[in-house]
Amino acid sequence: MDLALQLLFTGIGIGAVYALVALGFVLIFRATNVVNFAQGEFSMVAAYLMVVFAVDLGWPYWLSFLLALAGMALLGAIFNLGVYYPLRHRTFLPVIIATIGASILLANSVLAIYGPQPQVLEGWFETPGIQLGPVYLDSQYLLIIAVTIVLVIFNYWFFEHTMLGKKLQATSQDKEMASLLGISVSTMIMITFIYSAVLGGLAGILVAPVLFVSIQMGSTIALKAFAATIIGGFGDVAGAIIGGLALGIIETFGAAYISVPYKDGFAFLVLVLFLVFRPQGIFGERVAEKA
Amino acid sequence: MSAPSENMPMAVSAARAKPLLLRHLPYFIGAAVLVALAATIQFDGYILNILMEATTFAIAVFGLSVVLGLCGQINLAQAAFFGLGAYAVGIGTSDYHVSYWFCLVGGCIIALLAGALLGMSTLRLGGHYLAMVTISFQQIVTLVMINTIWLTHGPDGVSNIGRPALFQSAQSYLAFCVGMLALVGYVVWHLSDTRLGRAMRAVRDNELAAGVVGIDVFRTKVSAFALSAVLGGLAGGLFAGGFAYVSPDQFSFAESVVFLTMSLLGGVASPIGSAIGTGLLILIPEWLRFLKSVPGLYLAIYGLSVILIIRYMPDGIWGFFNLATGRWRAKAKLRGAGPALRLAPAAVAGDNVLEVKGLSKHFGGLKAVDEVDIAVRRGGVHALIGPNGSGKTTTLNVLSGLYKATAGKVVLDGTDVTEMPPHQRAAAGLGRTFQNIRLFRSMTALENVVIGAERPGNALVGHGEDALNERAMSALTFVGLGSRANELISSFSYGHQRLIEIARALAANPTLLLLDEPAAGLNSSEKLELHELLKRIAAQGLTILIIDHDMTLVSEAAQHITVLNFGRRIADGESMAVLRHPDVVSAYLGSD
Repeated sequence: MDLALQLLFTGIGIGAVYALVALGFVLIFRATNVVNFAQGEFSMVAAYLMVVFAVDLGWPYWLSFLLALAGMALLGAIFNLGVYYPLRHRTFLPVIIATIGASILLANSVLAIYGPQPQVLEGWFETPGIQLGPVYLDSQYLLIIAVTIVLVIFNYWFFEHTMLGKKLQATSQDKEMASLLGISVSTMIMITFIYSAVLGGLAGILVAPVLFVSIQMGSTIALKAFAATIIGGFGDVAGAIIGGLALGIIETFGAAYISVPYKDGFAFLVLVLFLVFRPQGIFGERVAEKA
Repeated sequence: MSAPSENMPMAVSAARAKPLLLRHLPYFIGAAVLVALAATIQFDGYILNILMEATTFAIAVFGLSVVLGLCGQINLAQAAFFGLGAYAVGIGTSDYHVSYWFCLVGGCIIALLAGALLGMSTLRLGGHYLAMVTISFQQIVTLVMINTIWLTHGPDGVSNIGRPALFQSAQSYLAFCVGMLALVGYVVWHLSDTRLGRAMRAVRDNELAAGVVGIDVFRTKVSAFALSAVLGGLAGGLFAGGFAYVSPDQFSFAESVVFLTMSLLGGVASPIGSAIGTGLLILIPEWLRFLKSVPGLYLAIYGLSVILIIRYMPDGIWGFFNLATGRWRAKAKLRGAGPALRLAPAAVAGDNVLEVKGLSKHFGGLKAVDEVDIAVRRGGVHALIGPNGSGKTTTLNVLSGLYKATAGKVVLDGTDVTEMPPHQRAAAGLGRTFQNIRLFRSMTALENVVIGAERPGNALVGHGEDALNERAMSALTFVGLGSRANELISSFSYGHQRLIEIARALAANPTLLLLDEPAAGLNSSEKLELHELLKRIAAQGLTILIIDHDMTLVSEAAQHITVLNFGRRIADGESMAVLRHPDVVSAYLGSD
């Protein structure tokens, strides 16, 4: 029982990371109808930026953190201009192939610069964690969970209660109508990419002290996050968060009770089960193309 | 739209084509020469290895040209299928001393099953799912290769892989692989002109229209995906025999990316493009060996190339070359116009060809169609009219199976089609056109109509390509476009594209033809010609159910009218009486 509680805590912590990346997926999907296959690389690049600023250059953690997020905002903008925007009038297939190309480019550029050795990033806090009854609460996991909760609330407030959020929503629902109402659709899409890159980067920075900072972390996180969006219901914000948490928990328990080397395989198994038996996910509705 | 004067058969060019194998003889002679060269020229070991790699990789990339190029579905796990074939031959011949041939076939079967299962679980959904699922599958296969040490030897890989007794020397084995390459190349090259290949291209160009003309979209996609997996497995098996050693890193996601880049660079739509792409991406890294000294650098360049190719050269090198030389190449010879189009709609049930009872379609709380009854009499034109948003197109979409009915029953010529998917309704005799034209845009007018003629259950078309082409030419000539049969869809005007869509439906010899706003966007003379066309169709006894806003067309063409408003039927009957019905007048013009 104690072990189960401990695993539950770890699972929620790791699931929160998937949820953040999944949120980035969903926001871009809603704005552009395209899945950004480089979303996971945003997390990876941000973690490496942290290593550059905080470890290699030895700058203060908070400053490195802000600089890394600023770097992600810049990367999001470049990504939009270089990968998505030129292809915006094409069908989805060229666009996803281009984002896959971008993902390969990002991962291997970092590999070429940093080499294959995983890097180590310290956590934010000096204290490693606290013992609460039978459960040991790792401080980094606590931080991840706290940040995720704050971001979910911020996200809700931003999209439901600010003008900019409402404009973004309008763009994702009907681009033509939005542009007729004087909303600059290309600006909204730009903001979406920047916001998603920052979200993905945040997830990467938060999870880096728990995992190693490695080239593979991007694709691993992206797969999990994608599975999370399917479990929750594709394109659904609440679904992405719940799917992410569920996947984190399933994976942690699977690794503890079934098999460690196949830890990364559970996400795939859950993904296929959902695709076969409930492709619309927990919350989603199936939508048909209009004839 | 020209006068039917071009119905005159052009007897000369309609001469029977030479048998297929004879026409393709030059290809086989060329292939035989290549095999002979591979078997006789003395290569040093380094060149031999490069040739072996190029040959086997090209077969795997052919697989991508089927699934991605022909069918428009993505496969990011080609290296995994390649690995399945390679490990089957590796483990089988080295650890268990099973015959090479048995292992090669076994590897193909394993790849086939994996591909089919993966496809079946994912291909009903959108393309994003397939991309992610194939990446996941790729990761799983790599995990298994590394971790099931008792079977795969883990990261150490499998060595001492055997070759067949017949091709023991490296040189003769290479010749064998070149022969296989030529064979697979022939199949893939020829595939696009077969029924299955056309179905794949139709699915790629327009999934909805493919279903409506009678193609089983899901089965076509699964076939393409499974075929691509088999070619991956075959290539892997050949590769393992060639190099006698395999290890997990040769079949990683990075390798799938290499395959994808090869395919895109050369031109994804054709096996020639695949071969060019494969050759270049094997040779270039050999010339630029220094790039390999920095890990990641050459893959980063591949990633960048993918972005640039997609943006600036979406059809690859071969597509670019084709476009550039297009004007010098001889146009395909125009076929004879074929006999005058004959329509013989099936007549099984009684007076009514279509009976719709209590049909409803609800979207959440919105009742788009609400308990509508329609009875379409055999022969003649029946119109379905109503103001904007009255549920006409939704009704048509439910009738053709694109939407599932919430309630009610649809009986087509005695067959209950309510639960059938679109392609089965087409097989049962339903033909339709779309309000926003849905043609297969990468194909010629003739190919579009041939796909229509291929409708399962079309009794009016004989066996073989010639019969299909003849039927399609008849249909195109019937709508007045026979002389432009070999032109691409994009070169036709909007009005002519509508006619091609109608010809596609007519070639299928349907029992009932649904026309969704055929007059929309036509100018007044085109409308007159459309009216004439409808008369000529009706004269052959084919029943038409038409939706249109053009009241002149509707009142002149239709004998019977059903009127919808807010999803409900408000009037039904003989056309003049219905148009004078007070409810209809107030629905269109408003009431006091």
